[in-house]
Amino acid sequence: MKKICLTLVGIYMMMLHAYSQFQDKDTSFYTAKPLKIDEINLVSSYYSQDGNHSPVTGGIGTEKVMDLSNGLDVTWIGWDDMQRKHTLTADLGFDHHTSASAAFVNKSGASKTGGTRIYPSLNWNVENAQKGTGFGLGLYYSREYNYTSFGLDAQYSKKTKNNGEFTGKITGYFDRVKLIYPSEFVREATVTSASGGDENRYKIPSSPRTTLTASLSFSQVINKRLQGIILLDAVEQTGYLGLPFHRVYFNDGTPNIENLPSQRFKLPVGLRLNYFLGDKIIIRSYYRYYIDSWGLKSNTASLEVPVKITPFLSISPFYRYYDQTAVKYFAGYEMHTAKDQYYTSNYDLSKFHSDFFGANIRIAPPKGVFGMQHLSMLELRYGHYAKNIGMNANVISLNLKFK
Amino acid sequence: MNKQTLKHLALAIMAGIMLASCANVKEYQKSRINDAEMILGNRKVEKNELNFQSYREGASGANGGKTGGGCGCN
Repeated sequence: MKKICLTLVGIYMMMLHAYSQFQDKDTSFYTAKPLKIDEINLVSSYYSQDGNHSPVTGGIGTEKVMDLSNGLDVTWIGWDDMQRKHTLTADLGFDHHTSASAAFVNKSGASKTGGTRIYPSLNWNVENAQKGTGFGLGLYYSREYNYTSFGLDAQYSKKTKNNGEFTGKITGYFDRVKLIYPSEFVREATVTSASGGDENRYKIPSSPRTTLTASLSFSQVINKRLQGIILLDAVEQTGYLGLPFHRVYFNDGTPNIENLPSQRFKLPVGLRLNYFLGDKIIIRSYYRYYIDSWGLKSNTASLEVPVKITPFLSISPFYRYYDQTAVKYFAGYEMHTAKDQYYTSNYDLSKFHSDFFGANIRIAPPKGVFGMQHLSMLELRYGHYAKNIGMNANVISLNLKFK
Repeated sequence: MNKQTLKHLALAIMAGIMLASCANVKEYQKSRINDAEMILGNRKVEKNELNFQSYREGASGANGGKTGGGCGCN
């Protein structure tokens, strides 16, 4: 992994060097501006859900989850002596969640239900306004008790002469899933951390999961009021793609551990169109079609309508519709048979549709929110999510932007 | 590739052609296009929404967010 990082940094340095060969004489009087803090964002969210199809208990039982997440990102901007804009963003996220069904990793219901996740990231973008090109690199890390992830990406963008922009991006996530099995599949000597044991005393093995994504997008200003973007991702996942503490009960009542193929190819295509209607109303629309090699097909459509009450205050009601077919390997509690090669009772992979609606309030007065000069923007958002298979959730989020 | 998939692909190609064949808008004409609410990405405040959707739904990607990986999600 270190080799990959060093290679990427090397490529980046070579590109910087290569660009430096084309310095125009008439730009030499520009002086570099060192990186300086441009903005700081704090994003906090509270999420709660309930339902009755937990995969930990084989597709039956509580799905109650609570998650409290906090994120801080800092963006620095600077210019080099060739007038290229450098943007560096450092992000640190911290989540704490409780999941009622996690208690039943141990059949007695004694496993711990809480967990934390920490996920720092770093992004660096260089934009050459004269050439209309951009180049960026990103590094990502995430850790929670049963999952560790390391990711990196590289992207390149090129503006067209007619207010368009192509962007290509390659992303790789190199993850490890800790093999925490339900208690009835674990011998007494190997007590897992999720069932209350000491993680340091009992080394739990893990299995790799790799996700490689090639993304292409094309954005275009269509006229003075309308702009859009087409997004395409091609995603290849390999490795352990299920979760080891998901139970599946066969039709004879015997418990098993979820078993899914070790390869999955995903192909989502999205289109976003934003239209400024009159002077006070904006229509933000989005549609996505998704298909994958596990047989899942899905449609997502959303509409958000920000209404400007004043130039600095807007209220945006939104609605999102989502549907999906089931993966080939899904069946409910005690529906699978011993003949099935792959099996899951995870209802997130079943056939369903969902509705998500709510509202967003955005305040960004020129003299600062509540008269605080550095607090340039406040955004508060609430949404209610409901699946037609008996699961529902509420999420409330707050974004404070400091300049 | 079935009929429905072809229909969706055709729609995407048509949308691409539509996006590519548009009027030239000058910088001074972009006051509405440059409005903060007109961004073609997700709002920062939506971050956790996109996160929970990637756990609770089988589909992901083509929205500028996660495509799988990086979390124990689908």
